[in-house]
Amino acid sequence: MNSALLIITAFMALSIYLALRARKGKEMTLEQWSVGNRGLGSMLVFLLMAGEAFTTFTFLGASGFTYAAGAPAFYIFNAAYFVLSYWLLPPIWKYAKEKNLLSQSDFFASKYNSTALGVLVAVVGVISMIPYLVLQLKGLGIIVSEASYGTISPSAAIWIGVLTVTVYVMLSGIHGAAWTAVLKDFLILGVVIFMGFYLPLHYHGGFVEMFKSIDQANPGFLVLPESGLSTYWFVSTLILWSLGSYMWPHTFSAAYAAKSGRALRRNAILMPMYQIVLVFVIFIGFAAIFQVPGLKGSDTDLAMFKLSKATFDPWFVGVIGAAGILAALVPSSMMLNVAATILSKNVYKIWKPETTDASLARLTRYLVPVVAIAALYFTFNGGNTIVTLLIMGYSLVTQLFPALFFSLWKKNPVTVQGAFCGIIAGLAAVLYTTLSNASMADLFPAIPQAFKDFDIGIIAFTINVIVTLTVSAFTRKAVKSDAEPTHSVA
Amino acid sequence: MKKWLYLLSIIPVFFSLLVFNKVEPYVLGMPFILFWMVLWLVLTSVFMWIVYKLDPANQGGDDE
Repeated sequence: MNSALLIITAFMALSIYLALRARKGKEMTLEQWSVGNRGLGSMLVFLLMAGEAFTTFTFLGASGFTYAAGAPAFYIFNAAYFVLSYWLLPPIWKYAKEKNLLSQSDFFASKYNSTALGVLVAVVGVISMIPYLVLQLKGLGIIVSEASYGTISPSAAIWIGVLTVTVYVMLSGIHGAAWTAVLKDFLILGVVIFMGFYLPLHYHGGFVEMFKSIDQANPGFLVLPESGLSTYWFVSTLILWSLGSYMWPHTFSAAYAAKSGRALRRNAILMPMYQIVLVFVIFIGFAAIFQVPGLKGSDTDLAMFKLSKATFDPWFVGVIGAAGILAALVPSSMMLNVAATILSKNVYKIWKPETTDASLARLTRYLVPVVAIAALYFTFNGGNTIVTLLIMGYSLVTQLFPALFFSLWKKNPVTVQGAFCGIIAGLAAVLYTTLSNASMADLFPAIPQAFKDFDIGIIAFTINVIVTLTVSAFTRKAVKSDAEPTHSVA
Repeated sequence: MKKWLYLLSIIPVFFSLLVFNKVEPYVLGMPFILFWMVLWLVLTSVFMWIVYKLDPANQGGDDE
């Protein structure tokens, strides 16, 4: 075992120790296990949410995307997320607390007074999480196998990663995730800031020098292109992603874990500043361009690691690897935890309502490895880059936004039928455009270039909103005429 | 009041999306477009802090 692997193993062991410690002295009810009894203050909620924001995607995907595409990668800075979270999360938290809700699916079921809609939302949530989970596992595999300098194959590395995550989640639930998030954040901050400064200075003698030589070798790489990943693409993607970012079942329920709405609002002030760390990840991606040239397709995800191995001693590669592993561990444990909770509480319990809480809690824990194995299957059967997987998950989960948004209105204009049809139509559109690999230009060859560059997700989203509102308009009338006689009686 | 706060909080979104797509001038070692994006992250925090301070929901001891 080399020193890189030794350090990575030590950090994995430490995170499991933290998970065990976090659990100690607390009886694990389902509520305790999944939303930490709604007792997490601003600081822990902040760290949990930051844990969402800084995942393997940030670490490997963002640097790889910068390496491959240049300026379009700047879309990872998105201020709109946090502004949205300030207004969106506190009312969600408040309603969830009043009604004692545990999951995202509960929220929809309660707002629309329909268990069937709850089941649909549960299924959409779990399906959307799979590509996101696959992405984290892929990242884990890359890190462990690269850090082993070839002694562990990527597939063996993925198995090791999955085992660690599964054991970790089964032991601890959300408390463990919050404490590992603390450890992870310190490590990532240190590693990323150091590398972001060191690499450009070491290889180019300065930041401006680095950017100037990139600009010379590849003119136009540092700005958004005229067409394709253009300004129009950029803006439409930012908007879509902010809508999707809090629709994930795990970001949704991270909001439940807050102690107060105020904790969530304070979080919205802190989070944008925290994103600044991402600029260092971008520096690393740019620094890799001349040092590890020629990576193509899904190999671009390796850019950061290849560069680290070319630059640093194995022990430091181990520290970088440990940071990367924790970056995968926190979000994937959150996701596994939430997916298992949803499947047991919002699907199984609906099917078998007589299940007791104790056996439900047990079932939830046993579902963790089941979900992990499903994700494992897709990890081994798909050759996509981290960015592609993330985009797919986002497009799917964004389809829940319209139904949620309207349900927060004082007078919800959307009926349960409308919500149902809208979500299904949106999903169908996402699946069609993803599977056929269509772009706006393929679907609408005659529209102006600006529209052709729009994120393809806009189509599914627009279809969703139109169907939601149209079906609601029709069904509302039907409901009204049904309801009127009862009203006059009352 | 709430309406003005909505507007105030939208300002950073609007400006951070309004992409200045150029390399020159370099600011703090970054191409201008990158600097612009980072600048608006900082300003988003500032704006959201102002909104937080003005928002009646955050006043008084009742933590909701």
